[in-house]
Parts: sequence; structure tokens; C-alpha cells
Amino acid sequence: MVANRLPARSAAGIHDSSELLRFSTAGSVDDGKSTLIGRLLYDTKTAFEDQLSHVADVSRRRGDARTNLALLTDGLRAEREQGITIDVAYRYFSTTRRKFIIADTPGHKQYTRNMVTGASTAGLSIVLVDARTGLVEQSRRHALIAGLLGIPQLVFAVNKMDLVGWDEQVFRRIEQSLGSLGGAAHTVAIPISALTGANVVERGSEMPWYAGPTLLEHLEEVPVDGDLTGGPARFPVQWVIRPQSAEHPDYRGYAGQVAGGVLRVGDEIAVLPGGRRSRISRLEQAGEPVDEAVSPMSVTVHLADDLDVGRGDLICAIDQPAVASQELTAMVCWMADRPLQAGGRYALKHTTRWTRAIVTDIVHEIDVNTGARSPASELALNALGRIAIKTTSPIAVDPYEVNRTTGSFILVDEATNATVAAGMICTTT
Amino acid sequence: MTARPHLRALEDEAIHVLREVAAERERPCLLFSGGKDSIVLLRLAEKAFRPARFPFPLLHVDTGHNFPEALAYRDRRVAELGERLIVASVQDSIDRGRVGEETGPRASRNRLQTTTLLDAIAEHQFDAAIGGARRDEERARAKERIFSHRDEFGQWDPKNQRPELWALYNGRVRRGEHLRVFPLSNWTELDVWEYIRLEDIPLPDLYFAHVREVFERDGMLYAANPHVTLLPGESISPQLVRFRTVGDMTCTGAVRSAARTLDEVIAEVAASRVTERGATRADDRFTEAAMEDRKREGYF
Repeated sequence: MVANRLPARSAAGIHDSSELLRFSTAGSVDDGKSTLIGRLLYDTKTAFEDQLSHVADVSRRRGDARTNLALLTDGLRAEREQGITIDVAYRYFSTTRRKFIIADTPGHKQYTRNMVTGASTAGLSIVLVDARTGLVEQSRRHALIAGLLGIPQLVFAVNKMDLVGWDEQVFRRIEQSLGSLGGAAHTVAIPISALTGANVVERGSEMPWYAGPTLLEHLEEVPVDGDLTGGPARFPVQWVIRPQSAEHPDYRGYAGQVAGGVLRVGDEIAVLPGGRRSRISRLEQAGEPVDEAVSPMSVTVHLADDLDVGRGDLICAIDQPAVASQELTAMVCWMADRPLQAGGRYALKHTTRWTRAIVTDIVHEIDVNTGARSPASELALNALGRIAIKTTSPIAVDPYEVNRTTGSFILVDEATNATVAAGMICTTT
Repeated sequence: MTARPHLRALEDEAIHVLREVAAERERPCLLFSGGKDSIVLLRLAEKAFRPARFPFPLLHVDTGHNFPEALAYRDRRVAELGERLIVASVQDSIDRGRVGEETGPRASRNRLQTTTLLDAIAEHQFDAAIGGARRDEERARAKERIFSHRDEFGQWDPKNQRPELWALYNGRVRRGEHLRVFPLSNWTELDVWEYIRLEDIPLPDLYFAHVREVFERDGMLYAANPHVTLLPGESISPQLVRFRTVGDMTCTGAVRSAARTLDEVIAEVAASRVTERGATRADDRFTEAAMEDRKREGYF
């Protein structure tokens, strides 16, 4: 094993400066997803002895032939009783190079909303494929959702290679069948066995024909950054810091998290949706002055002019401003039992701004398995589709494919306060 | 452009969460116990809101069985910060007949805290309570949202949670309901320790190795204290120990350790093969779903 792959737990302190990668996994009960995550936790020495002994106990009680690593990710009692996963679970492990956050989501059709939730913050997604069956409807659904959510990296983990005799031809056929399934994402396929651990963390000797990285090597090496720093500067104002104290009588700072591009002292900026202009006079991070700020830094911005800027306003690059609009089209995932219909009214949260929205049209529904579009009069729970909406006040937006923060929103039912839709902005008018 | 180091990325996220709850709720509070996770929360709140004061008071649920060192630290830190502290007392809840004291040698006030907490939330009309819980602590926590909804009885309904998309937190609640908000959701125990070192944050001495009178029960070491009765066969002896978590004295175990400095503690945590709750919290051991049950009732 090479030095940089030693688990961080045995090398305290080295990963003070390591990077963070969030990834999502999706799969159903039988494709070995839980075993894969258990394997990652186990082989990176992240699983603890008390957890392992608990899992060994349960495996014995259930009569399993060997310690079932899938049980490491078992969550709530309701799930254990039903043998299913009902919700997104978050898992953590780290190596000397990176800290990883896994959003582990169940894969059945009725849980599209969980997959969308897990994928929304991910920089990479792992789609589990059973080597015996190859691509099935569900793998296509996972890839489609990862594409819609703009995840830049996609991994097809071709699992259960042990059950096809470690046969290279099986893997190559599946690899070829991927075609353009990954869409715009950077896509790789890796042959693994979560059960034996081959090509997960350790390479193993079973597949000498495979020269690519193990799954963990790939996770450690893919670029973490999205394209956020390359895009135009975006800074949604979250909170205005105004001490009004004797010590700081005139302090007025706009606090928030950089959502794209780079903010620099001296930059000319526009404040949307109003369109007022000013210049960044000072940038602070945790009280200390800094010269520039990039995503995802939480900072405080001071402007040269005394503008009336508040929560919900968007500070952006003057030469590449976002578009302030009240009418837009968006791809949505519907997450409520009661279907979405044209005419529906909801609260809408976009960056740090709440407004109200009315759904003016359902443009089409997308078949979550094939990607095919068809006309629709409503969107049921877990359906994906394109809609047109009108908001009561302008919001400053970018297309989702340009910026995942200024291009996304949620809809909330004002009667129940439930979050009922995830929205990705396509166009404005 | 190199990526932001993970501790700073976690810090950015936590600061964002703190500002969101402050902006979206009218009456939040921050739960501060003098334990390391809530100590980190205070540092993050300074980063989120200074040079202004915090837009919320601090709330401590005092079981009456706290470690004196943790209480002394609490009061010192509150004074340094110049922020407002509200203490809700389990003893008051007992005196007012809201809860009954458990009896027997294994009695603990841990579970009683839930009533005291919910009463304090109602009394002060808090609509959000910010806590230091982390998802890596326990299996039920792994599924909880960062903005976690509680109904008017303070209950968590794990099967009916709001989907949490991007960093778009839904902070809406009806009157009488509230949110629990967890800015450290994505931190691990090791992240917390490394952040404490990075930021040079002082901690109560309990977290470092010291000689203490302890007794062993169910394979764990407990501090000898006036609130427990020894069982036959148990005896008190001095041991070199430290605490990985700091909660109620009656249910928080110590670990044998010689780690006297932050670097030594981090080396020990990094090499540890047992979770901190598994090693030190009797409250999670009673049943397989102990935490899940307590959370449903409104526990931290």
C-alpha cells in the first residue's frame, strides 16, 4: 500500500489541510450499495469497534454466513424492521488526502426525491451496477438524476464481479453500453466486488486485466471544485451586521457565503434585483481583512457607498450580472403527495430570499427512466418535469447549469410548511 | 485554484447555517453546555456575527449533576463573550412536579432533561434551538436534517422530514412548533478536535488526562460523585483518565488516558477504535434504538 493511502485515523493531524469531497450513492436493496459503503468505512478503518461488534452480533442473530457490512449503514428501527432505507443518511470517512461526506440514498422509484436531495450537494455520484444484469432501468434513472442535478463526476461501480468469475468481457460490455448515459459529467466505470473488497480500497489480485484506479483512488484524485470559481462573482446577502455600538457606531457589513466567482477589494459590483452599483471597499473573514474571497467562503462584504442592501439581495460582478426576473422556466422534482398542477401557489426560496410563486404552466414531464418528454397536466410525487412560474417580486437568477446556487430554488407549501419541490432554473423571460 | 481545506469548508457551512437560522427565525437560542461541541459553536457564532452581539441568547439545561469544571468553564466563557445565558434547571422541573426523579443506583437525570428543555423553549417562546449534535455520533442522528422540524409536542418524526436541498434551508414553522438546528452536522469527532487546535480554543480540564476517583460499572469508568450509589462489588479508586464527552455525571464515562495536551488527545482520538458515545455514554446503551426513542420525544 502506498503511503498516501494510509487511513488518516492512524496519522493524526496530517489532514488539517485535506480537501472535502461530497458524493452521493444510490442503489436498491439488492445491488450491494450498503455493502459497498460498509466496505469503504471498514477498509479505511473508519468503522469503529463498537459498531463492528454490534454488526457482528446482529449478523449472527440473523444467521448470516459472514459479518454483513451492509448493517454498518443501518439506520432507524423502522428501517430495520422493514428491511428498507427510508431516507437520506449521511456517512463520513477520511484518508490522509481527503475527507468524504457520503449522502446515501435509497434507489427505488418512490424515493426519487431522496436521490435528488442527496445529489443536490454532491460533487460526484456513484451509480451501482450489478455485473450480472448490466444497466437496468434504475441505473439509467440514477444517471439521469445525476445529470439533471449537474453533478460533475459520475462513477459507474460495476459490482459483484465475483459472481461473474471476474470476467473482463462482462465488464467491457457494460462499459460500452454506458454510451452517453453520463451526459455532461465526467464518467468512469470501475469493476469491483464490495463483498470481497476488490478494487474498492485494496486492489486485490482477482482482476489483473484492470489497470485503472480503485474506487478510493478515484475518489481521492477527482477534482473537487466545481466550476464555481471560474464563473462570474455571486454573493447572496444573508445577514446585515450592524453593531450600532459605541465601539462600532457606523459598521455595516453584508454577511454571506460566496456562491460563485471571486470577490476582490476594489471590484465594481451591482446589487440585484434593484441594480444599484457600488464598489467593494473591504472584505472580512471572521473579523480579519482579506483581499479576496472565493466560493464557498463565508465572509462579510463592505461597500463604498451607503446603499440600502438587505437579506435576499445579490451582489454580483458588474460586467456579468445575474438576471432579475419574475418569470422563469425550471426543471422540478415534485416531492409532495398532492400533485403539482398549473395554478398552484407556493412560497419560493431562492438563495436567501423568500417570495411567492404561481405555477403558470406544466411544460412537460420527463420519464425518469428514459429521459423522454411527454405532455402532462400534473406532476405526481417523485415526478420530474419542466414548469413555468411567475413570482410576486423579481429574483436575481442564473441558469442552473451555470451556477447551482443562484440557479436553484425550493417551493414550500404555505399551509403545511412542507418543502414540496426542488427547482432548477432553465430560462428567464 | 486549490480547494478549500476541509476544516475551513466545514466552518464556512456552519457559519452559513448560523446566519440562516438567525435570519429565518424570530427567537432562536443556542444550547451551550460547556461541552466541546457547543464550545466550537460559540466560536463559530463569533465568526458569524461579530463585531455585533449574537442575535440569540445561550441556553443551558442544567441537570444539577453537571461536572463543576464544566459549569465554571460555562460561566467564564459567557462572561468573556458578554452574551446572555439562560439556565433551565432540571431540579426546578422536579420541584414543580413536572418530572419525577428516577430512583435506584442507576438513576440518571439524563432523560428528564427533555422536559426541562421543552418547558424552557415554551416559556421563552423559542422557535429554534441551535445544538452541537453531529451526524457521526449515532445512527439516528445520521438521518437528521440540519434544520430539523419539531412539532408542538417537541417531537421528531423521522419518517416525515422535510427534504433538505442544496443549502436552501426551510426555516418555516407554525406557532408552537420549533426547529432544532445543527451547524456541526457534517463534522466528525476528529474534525471538532482538529478545529479546536486550529483555532486554539481553550477547553475545560476534564478533556485532558487527570487523576480522578472513579468506579467501574458495565465496563465503563464513572466519576465518583454524590449523585450515585455504588452497587455491591463496586469500589472507588484513583485512575488517570479523561473525558471524551462531557454530559451528566451520572451517565458520562471516562476513558483511561495519559493524553494531557491537545496534540496527544488528537493522536488518541485519531487512533481510537470506539465511537465516543459507545465509549462513554451509558444513555445510548440501554436499547438498540435508545437515541432514536429519545430524539422522538424531543431530546437534544
